[in-house]
Amino acid sequence: MSVDAATVRRIAHLARIAVTDDEVPHLQGELNAMLAFVEQLSEVDVEGVEPMTSVTPMEMKKRADVVDDGEIADKVVANAPASDNHFFLVPKVVE
Amino acid sequence: MNAPVKTSKLIKGATGDWEVVIGLEVHAQVSSNAKLFSGAATAFGGEPNAHVSLVDAAMPGMLPVINEECVRQAIRTGLGLNAQINLRSVFDRKNYFYPDLPQGYQISQYKSPVVGEGQVKVDLPDGESIVVGIERLHLEQDAGKSLHDQHPTASYVDLNRSGVALMEIVSKPDLRSSEQAKAYVSKLRTILRYLGTCDGDMEKGSLRADVNVSVRKPGEPLGTRCEIKNVNSVRFIGQAIEYEARRQIGILEDGGTVDQETRLFDAVKGETRSMRSKEEAHDYRYFPDPDLLPLEFSQDYVDALKAELPELPDAKMARFIAEFGLSADDAGVLVAERESAEFYEAVLAALGNRERDGKLAANWVINELFGRLNKESLAIASSPVSAAQLAAIIDLIGEGTISGKIAKDLFEIIWVEGGDPREVVEARGMKQVTDLSAIEKVVDDIIAANPEKAAQVAAKPAMIGWFVGQVMKSSGGKANPQAVNDLLKSKLGL
Repeated sequence: MSVDAATVRRIAHLARIAVTDDEVPHLQGELNAMLAFVEQLSEVDVEGVEPMTSVTPMEMKKRADVVDDGEIADKVVANAPASDNHFFLVPKVVE
Repeated sequence: MNAPVKTSKLIKGATGDWEVVIGLEVHAQVSSNAKLFSGAATAFGGEPNAHVSLVDAAMPGMLPVINEECVRQAIRTGLGLNAQINLRSVFDRKNYFYPDLPQGYQISQYKSPVVGEGQVKVDLPDGESIVVGIERLHLEQDAGKSLHDQHPTASYVDLNRSGVALMEIVSKPDLRSSEQAKAYVSKLRTILRYLGTCDGDMEKGSLRADVNVSVRKPGEPLGTRCEIKNVNSVRFIGQAIEYEARRQIGILEDGGTVDQETRLFDAVKGETRSMRSKEEAHDYRYFPDPDLLPLEFSQDYVDALKAELPELPDAKMARFIAEFGLSADDAGVLVAERESAEFYEAVLAALGNRERDGKLAANWVINELFGRLNKESLAIASSPVSAAQLAAIIDLIGEGTISGKIAKDLFEIIWVEGGDPREVVEARGMKQVTDLSAIEKVVDDIIAANPEKAAQVAAKPAMIGWFVGQVMKSSGGKANPQAVNDLLKSKLGL
């Protein structure tokens, strides 16, 4: 598996990372090197093996349905570049 | 899926009949106190960003911990939909950028949902029933809310809804008309409300639907579908489908092709329109969320939840029909809202003779009580006449103490003034007169006062109705109508 220049631009766009045309060939090379490295895994026969989503030998912890958090609007917006009356302000987005 | 379609369900076009194929993704907010992965409140409203924890705001280093009540509610809903419950399921990240999604991804379930295939029986207004397949139900987080009209150049973002648990319930493309789709959503809402897993409040956005619509000539393969996002009332779902089906038929009959796209329903104009087309197809790059272990529970846990499920609308309706001889229509009206069914059952519980008067009670609840509540735009919870009072009125009718006509007056008195119906009947002398000699006196008087009419009765037996009317009037409606009839017949020689 390898990626072409168009795929690199698309991945960058999906991740909202600005990539100039000059940078594309370099990134393409790096991504392909990574993919080649990971490609080694396909040598292993995993026929009939269930995909593993976690290596932790434990059950997922669950919380009780109790309200014990929130009411900290000051903290929530503390680092926002812009806020008003505890709302976050972002550049206008309208469909 | 290619079963013959009733021609009444087809839409006539210039080139012949078209079949509309509909599938729905219903997003139902799980009834819980806290959010799916944090301890912040789910309560509607609230000051901006008040019901937000640092987890919901996606601050660095915060980790999600699942709310077990949301899991329990999802399983119970699955059981109520007669669906496969998956003892092991997985949470995935669905990646996209939007300002009201602080994580940059929604935690959802993709390949392994908590609930698999099921089915829902839906009764249609024309008396027909259909079975709608459920594809899956999965748990996911809601996003925050953006306000675009507060500022000329900025959008305001409130994360109070961010992280609230939703159940996405996906139907199979089994629906063939807007009527069916509306009935399906109503039925789903009823089931959720019986289970108490979602409050079903569409005005507050607790239940909303993405509607997939395509059209085809009957028997042909499925056409290209459009998805209408976030429709938030049953009526709008119907309107959106009608509009969208005709739009697609128009395009196809003009020789065009339907583009697969996401559309919005404009409730004011009653039309769907394209969301400014994204420059590329969605690419959510789902992958298992490394912050969460697989969701696992035992079959014993599921069985225990199943054993405690409340009686659901289908079973309740069948029981009302079997036990009290209600018509399917009446039973359907009573079970459609959980509160209505509960009120009817409270009346039943208070009746002196349930077997005898159960059906009468249904008529009274539906016609008198609901009629009056509708007229005054009151919810059943604020009915001035309680279930016990209504049961007492029905007891009085059933045992022959008052006539049906007097009962309506009594209902009016109880509605306005309250009180114990039995005492009101005593105090105001509303009892039906069953004393034959008293009735006989009135009958004799009426016959004596109208000799010419009495003479005509033999030739025109229908005239007896006039006499019954006169006797009832003169007794103030309190004479037992059957006794009056019998007496008149014998006195007039019929």
